[in-house]
Amino acid sequence: MIINSILSFEFPPINELLRWRDVVPGLNKVGLIAIASALIGTLIFLSAARKDPKVAPKGTRNLAEVIVEFIENNIIMQTMGRDGLGWTPFLLTLFLFVYLCNVPGIIPFIQMPATARMAIPMFLAVLVWVVFNAQGIRHQGPIGYFKNLMFPPGVPKALYILITPIELISTLIIRPFSLAVRLFANMLAGHLLLVIFALLSEALFQARDRILIPIGIFPFFMLVFLTGFEVLVAFLQAYIFTILAAVYIAGAVHPEH
Amino acid sequence: MEALSKIVKAAADAATGDEKNIAAAGSAGFAYGLAAIGPGIGIGMIFGSAIEAMARQPEAAGMVRTTMFLGVAFTEALALIGFVVVILLKYA
Repeated sequence: MIINSILSFEFPPINELLRWRDVVPGLNKVGLIAIASALIGTLIFLSAARKDPKVAPKGTRNLAEVIVEFIENNIIMQTMGRDGLGWTPFLLTLFLFVYLCNVPGIIPFIQMPATARMAIPMFLAVLVWVVFNAQGIRHQGPIGYFKNLMFPPGVPKALYILITPIELISTLIIRPFSLAVRLFANMLAGHLLLVIFALLSEALFQARDRILIPIGIFPFFMLVFLTGFEVLVAFLQAYIFTILAAVYIAGAVHPEH
Repeated sequence: MEALSKIVKAAADAATGDEKNIAAAGSAGFAYGLAAIGPGIGIGMIFGSAIEAMARQPEAAGMVRTTMFLGVAFTEALALIGFVVVILLKYA
């Protein structure tokens, strides 16, 4: 209360931070960011594909090759092995879209990660859920897939009373839920942290008290540090989302024996 | 667990109007603090073991790093669900 009276600092209601007015009818800032990130990803690869493959790569083609190699070496080879390389296009699209949706959280004047609203992570998680279940059914047959899922081999018979419901719930419900919530909550938490420190340093700089004004430097430094940290988080969350999708698909395609 | 639910119940009983907001804020902070204990310890253990493994066998560093991030993702999910619960407690 005392702090409030000196600083006139009040945290805005959460809807003011996250719910944007429509820019174009039916499309707000979050929707525009999602569309823009889909378009940017597409444009990078379209312009890279138009270059002559016989000349040494440069410009966008270099960038595209780095991204493809990153997906192949660091995600697919580590989780699915050599026969998973056919999944590169799907995982590449997923990675690029999530990353380009995360990055606007720290770009000045945009400063809103599109993945900080539940709709986009939830849709992506449902997409991954459909893909890995469909792959499991395609490769093991509907009966074999659900048999492997509910009765994992190599477990004593009596334990199936415990394991079957746990496995069923964790694979079919917890997996997509935690995939979506992980991405959403990470980006939302980062966004809220930036908002809190920005508001605090603004309130301290404008305080009607000579002692409080220099103290405002500390939350400002924290703000700069957290912005750098968000660069890392944006990449790491896209990486984790993609690698978990790869692990789930690999688990459905090649069951444990 | 029982003591915790008693505290929350007492806070909810005493709460009317402004007091209710205070109780919600207090229990939200309490909830996040509790949710962060386990994952904090878990992530520390994961990174500690991964650093040890990488130092012992540098050629396996790539594989260790991938598995480490997987483990961190699963452990961190619990803390993040706690964070979402706090948002729901405070604002929903």
